[in-house]
Amino acid sequence: MQTLRRKDILGLEEMSAEEITLILDTARSMREIMQRKIKKVPTLRGRSVLNLFYEPSTRTKASFELAQKYMSADSVSVAGTSSSLVKGETLKDTVRNVEVMGIECVIMRHPVSGSTAYLARNIEASVINAGDGMHEHPTQGLLDMFTMLDKKGRLENLKVVIVGDIRHSRVARSNIWGLQKMGAKVTVSGPRTLMPVDLQVFGVEYTPFLEEAVEEADVIMALRLQKERQEGGLFPSLREYSELYGLTTNRIAGAKEDVLIMHPGPMNRGVEISSEIADSPRSVILEQVTSGVAVRMALLYLLLGGTKEE
Amino acid sequence: MKTLLIKGGRIIDPSREYDAQADLLVKDGLVEKVQKNIKSPSVAEVVEASGLVVFPGLIDMHVHLRDPGQEYKEDIFSGARAAAAGGYTALAAMANTEPVADDSSIIRYVKERAEGAAVRVYPIGALSKQLEGKEMAEIGRMKKFGAVAFSDDGKPVVNSMLMRNALQYAMGIDALIIVHEEDPYLFAGGAMHEGSVSSILGLRGIPAAAEEAMLARDLLLLKESGGRLHVAHVSTAGSVEMLRRAKGEGLQVSAEVTPHHLLLSDRAVKNTGYHTHTKVNPPLRSEEDRQALWEGLLDGTIDAIASDHAPHHPDDKDVEYDFAPFGIAGLETTLPLMLDQLSSGRVKGLTLSLLAERMSTAPARILGIEGGTLEEGKPADITIIDPEKSHTVNPGNWYSKSRNTPFAGRQLRGAPVCTIVDGRVVMKEGAVFEEGKRVG
Repeated sequence: MQTLRRKDILGLEEMSAEEITLILDTARSMREIMQRKIKKVPTLRGRSVLNLFYEPSTRTKASFELAQKYMSADSVSVAGTSSSLVKGETLKDTVRNVEVMGIECVIMRHPVSGSTAYLARNIEASVINAGDGMHEHPTQGLLDMFTMLDKKGRLENLKVVIVGDIRHSRVARSNIWGLQKMGAKVTVSGPRTLMPVDLQVFGVEYTPFLEEAVEEADVIMALRLQKERQEGGLFPSLREYSELYGLTTNRIAGAKEDVLIMHPGPMNRGVEISSEIADSPRSVILEQVTSGVAVRMALLYLLLGGTKEE
Repeated sequence: MKTLLIKGGRIIDPSREYDAQADLLVKDGLVEKVQKNIKSPSVAEVVEASGLVVFPGLIDMHVHLRDPGQEYKEDIFSGARAAAAGGYTALAAMANTEPVADDSSIIRYVKERAEGAAVRVYPIGALSKQLEGKEMAEIGRMKKFGAVAFSDDGKPVVNSMLMRNALQYAMGIDALIIVHEEDPYLFAGGAMHEGSVSSILGLRGIPAAAEEAMLARDLLLLKESGGRLHVAHVSTAGSVEMLRRAKGEGLQVSAEVTPHHLLLSDRAVKNTGYHTHTKVNPPLRSEEDRQALWEGLLDGTIDAIASDHAPHHPDDKDVEYDFAPFGIAGLETTLPLMLDQLSSGRVKGLTLSLLAERMSTAPARILGIEGGTLEEGKPADITIIDPEKSHTVNPGNWYSKSRNTPFAGRQLRGAPVCTIVDGRVVMKEGAVFEEGKRVG
């Protein structure tokens, strides 16, 4: 099998359709491993990975850790609060110290956009971005595409609607870049104040009217709405947001019959998505989580597998 | 009687619209005469300048020396050496030190400490006490002790009433106010210019309106109060347009632009992979803004080029983008970068005499200080330039304590080769001299 010819996975903007295809293909084989009775292969035996989470995370962190275990890699996880972060050590020093213990790959989540690019420049180990500020969350974008591909059989010409706070969302950015490279059409909807400035640079369609946005949609993805945005004066209230942009059966009636409902989690039920939608047969929100492990196994394999002589 | 003869250079003095091949004789620290073929067999020192260009000494009207308080980033001596190396004979030092230069004692400290420094150092006093934007600082007393202008630079004056009062008060004592235009609510914790690049990178944006809204306010207040105002580091097309109109209406407003805003756009943040050396305030703006700044500089809407030298310790910048301080160091790159723009022919209408005017004569006029001229009888502050000299920007060789430049590694054509202050050579071929002794 091929490997990725790059040291780091920082974002989908810089990745080609061929690379994305390779990752998604590889993830399919990885999912088979997950379906076995004994979910473990020796592929990454003797390889060491650091999970460095400077922001709280349940799903992504568990997903990466399980991916490492299923592949037999050795890993350590450091969370922001328990580490030297609070002692004033710089990111560079923290990671260099762990690197000399033999780490070959660092998975990092960090609140500052571009921090993974900064880290990647400064260490020899591979860096996988597990979410950097508002910039990108490439593994989420990949697992979302994997899920769509799995359910729809294709990405090309799918109409994908992303609803909510695009402006502050790394998930939206990774999906927008990745999906368009794979030939899908992306429409975004939400209040104008939650859209990025110069939205046209992303090449997506925009309408502030949800009913209009979801017409004939193959996929609708709701984003988590963060309460701080209301305090920042970007919209008046959760109640109003939910009335205008919350996904309900009525509001998405114009979408295709077999529309997929997605959400990167964690959900605010009753705000950006109603429970009737989140728990409906059209919802693939839990499948997304399963896909996450497969995609992350694939990335670890493609970055670390076969690059080092035994 | 100390004499020095600069032989055979092209002498450009915008203060007298002089541009000719000539010799320049310096006697006792003053320009004795400028004419062709000066015969003076007894001169102590001859500077051979054929093929070189002679400017009145350059003046950087916007420098952060970090002294007192943050001497690990820069101090008066290292900053003055960097200035001499960069072809400057004088600089104006901003007030945002620790303690803030909001009191005559700090102004005196800076002046006294700068006595042995390589170039002339003119302190700028704070406009408000502690730069808090609440109460006016003692600008009259500071002026008496040598402050050449008053500014809360680094911070805007948010309180409109304070700004209005300060303009009126300053007019009464003929003091110059320099403003850093920034609406803090629109700035909103931004890290770079707000636009398509910030959207892609996911960095919080600083909209052009953050600068323009405050400039519009201050021009209104200036119109009402009379007096004069200098606008620091203009960065947007909208600001240039407003200044053009204000000048057309006869307002006494002047403005400066930095080389980084002229040469780089917000794309640099992306192209360098979020390198913190591109993080500066005001931020590197859009390509359209960049073009408008050149137009403003060439048509005289923008009066001066200033470095806004903002030195930081390398450790301060070696962090995640949001955590890095704003600022680009510019004392040792500003003139070479501008000369390179000239020699490359990229900018139509850019000439040596325009550079001399914007970097020497104009800053002297705006600040009301000596210099900016090679007139006979005036202090011999002189910058000699080799417009053909090729070199590479190498911060490792700087006299400044800082290294924070986005221009490292750039190949440039054109450099200062000799800096003369008060008739004494303070830099020759890149080596700086303090009181006659070579340093560094």
